[in-house]
Amino acid sequence: MPPVTEGPTPLFGAYGIVKRFGDFKANDGVDLEIRAGEIHALLGENGAGKSTLMKILYGLLEPTEGVVTHRGDIVKLANPEAARALGIGMVFQHFSLCENLTVAENIALVMPRSLGARALKKKMSTVGTTYGLHLDPDRPVWSLSAGERQRIEIIRCLLQDPRLVILDEPTSVLTPGEAEGLFTVLERLRDEGRALLYISHRLDEVRRLCSRATILRGGKVVGACDPRQESARSLAAMMVGVQVGEVKPPSGVPLGPERLVLSNLSLTTSGLHGTALVDISLTVAGGEIVGIAGIAGNGQAELFDALSGEALAPEAGMVAFDGQPVGRLGITQRRRHGACFVPEERNGHAAAPTLSLSDNALLSRHATAGLSRFGFLRSAATKALAQHVIGAFDVRKAGPDPAAGTLSGGNLQKFLMGREIMAEPGILVVNQPTWGVDALAAAHIRQALLDLAGRGAALLVISQDLDELFEIAGRIAVLHDGTLSRAVPASETSREAVGLLMGGSGGVGTEAVAPSSTREAASHAH
Amino acid sequence: MTLDVLQMVLVTIVAAATPLMIAALGELVVERSGVLNLGVEGMMVLGAATGFAVAVETGSTLVGALAGAGAGLALSALFGILTVVLAANQVASGLAMTILGLGLSGLVGASYVGMKREPAPHLTISGLTDFPGIGRLVFGQDAFVYAGFALVGGIAWFLWCTRAGLALRAIGDDHTSTHALGLQVRKVRFLAVLFGGACAGLAGAYLSLAYTPFWAPAMTAGRGWIALALVVFASWRPVRVMAGAMLFGGATVLQLHAQAAGFGLPGQALSALPYLATILALVLLSLGRRQGGSLAPASLGRVFTPFR
Repeated sequence: MPPVTEGPTPLFGAYGIVKRFGDFKANDGVDLEIRAGEIHALLGENGAGKSTLMKILYGLLEPTEGVVTHRGDIVKLANPEAARALGIGMVFQHFSLCENLTVAENIALVMPRSLGARALKKKMSTVGTTYGLHLDPDRPVWSLSAGERQRIEIIRCLLQDPRLVILDEPTSVLTPGEAEGLFTVLERLRDEGRALLYISHRLDEVRRLCSRATILRGGKVVGACDPRQESARSLAAMMVGVQVGEVKPPSGVPLGPERLVLSNLSLTTSGLHGTALVDISLTVAGGEIVGIAGIAGNGQAELFDALSGEALAPEAGMVAFDGQPVGRLGITQRRRHGACFVPEERNGHAAAPTLSLSDNALLSRHATAGLSRFGFLRSAATKALAQHVIGAFDVRKAGPDPAAGTLSGGNLQKFLMGREIMAEPGILVVNQPTWGVDALAAAHIRQALLDLAGRGAALLVISQDLDELFEIAGRIAVLHDGTLSRAVPASETSREAVGLLMGGSGGVGTEAVAPSSTREAASHAH
Repeated sequence: MTLDVLQMVLVTIVAAATPLMIAALGELVVERSGVLNLGVEGMMVLGAATGFAVAVETGSTLVGALAGAGAGLALSALFGILTVVLAANQVASGLAMTILGLGLSGLVGASYVGMKREPAPHLTISGLTDFPGIGRLVFGQDAFVYAGFALVGGIAWFLWCTRAGLALRAIGDDHTSTHALGLQVRKVRFLAVLFGGACAGLAGAYLSLAYTPFWAPAMTAGRGWIALALVVFASWRPVRVMAGAMLFGGATVLQLHAQAAGFGLPGQALSALPYLATILALVLLSLGRRQGGSLAPASLGRVFTPFR
């Protein structure tokens, strides 16, 4: 049944995989072969069918048609236990960890029943030493950072001595330092002769790690290549089927007056992973995009909260919009001053996942878009607004007004960006505008941001993606451990210089600290 | 002499605490798996009626107790089908079970109202039971009491020392993650619900077979609700459930004594004590958990539907 291919029998193969959800084909005749000792990339836009294929390989979904083979023999993966028995391990994007259980308990959940607690801890420390993945087995998961949580997933996977490791967007929540550590582990696993299936939006990672790539679009395989021979641009083009245009900054727009001013903003924090903001000063002029670079957990969330009004500044004058002190005002009042905000987390912060898109439009626009009259909602106007955003930002969805949580990440982000951008704000603050969004949608969002700046708005973009910042920002500042560096024109700085600032070294008082350890120290100190 | 008076008081406290303890331990297992069963009161009262009726018909307290547990289990099976299999709202379904249980128990027990039975026999070991001061307390209880204490140890051992217990706690903490790992969320939850129902039924049977050996409609008198509060009060830990049951049982006994002695405090105020204590415990617990994490099973009360 499997088609004849060059080379030896693949370790795992999937042939003619079809998965239907009602009328919708998430996978439509997908073939995939994975060989031992290779890192195989699975590329595709949001909704291309990557996750579905992965869940089939891990026994979480049953294919409607098609077969999975192991060393040439057809196997049935009825459940994850069966997949694990065949040596398939999985590192989930949204970690499948129980927050209130300890590290060891989370790992014990998938280990053989006969393994005792003491033996498990011993095995954990052996694997930890071998791969440099250290964890305290008795810490509860809720007290750990994202990088540490991923380490649990990886150790859990490695303890089962897997022959195939599936990684779904493994670096999306990691700091650059943590990602670097992960790559070392992955390369080592490959050299041990294991197969890895690597799913990522970050094409430079794919080009660095992977020797083969299978590209999915609309549930079908549309190509295969050696990513090392391709450019990020050509890979993106294969994924979306069209050439991804370069975003064009509006040329020669003179900067307007100062619209967003932070003066000596300091903010203490509560909570385990919080970072206090220290004496932050910054101005953003109309027509300008200022980028805030930095490794996650250095105060980005706190800065966003201070700007949006989720956290109030100690003094009103510390935050000013168009000359008005707004530091003591709440979110809605700040919106009434012509500001809009897009937080980092889509589900649960920017959008309520179980509410419809029109209700979500109402959530942030109720005070400024005339969606209520005499205290009553105008549902027709709300629906029209949502439809307007959906049309203008090409939001792909099922049904006329579906729940926000049913959209893919990229499409929901387009909707949320559209919701705010189409309010024509004078000031827009965005945290991670294109996190987990495919290349085409990301380009669309960035272009919309540039266009908004071109119309005279002041934009503050917080992002971990340096390429993104250099693409759209006029000036770039770096947030490190709650302090903000001077914003310098993007044309006068370099990735290297910004990278050094992100790691806390650079400028005066240089400390040579690796980014990951800084992050660790920062999160433990608070 | 005073030692014997103290023992008498302690014996009544243990007797009052036992039904709370058994019902709360069952509910603890249910809630640890992530299901909130508000039908405890209904399952308890149905267990009381069925237990008494069957005991009268068969003449056997043991068969009656088993029948009581079985009745609670049957009602909880209905609850499980609604909430675990059909993914119905747990709060609404649980309240419905309480109302249904109260109604059904009236029906089952209708012809047994006013009958009396000998209470369940107490243990007697010559020499030990008569031991002054603690003999009655330790060696002179009925089987229900010993079963209750055995449950405390058994459940604690199950939850923290077995793989199945770990799976149950994990499922209660995050059903999406555990499902993705291949654990059988719905099966585990259904079994937990059945166990909880059987415990509630057994606790009810204790009331009508041992505590007050007769059947009267709605004789549980809100003990199912106290059991629910007790689980929260105990922050989902079996040993604390035991301690809390003694405390709540003590409050009940104290209230009776206070009323008998014509004490100034109104009985209602003392009856409200367990609930007040629960609210206080909740406040203290959340104050202690400012940093993150939660004592409550994180997916408690949330409906689960697998994505397969």
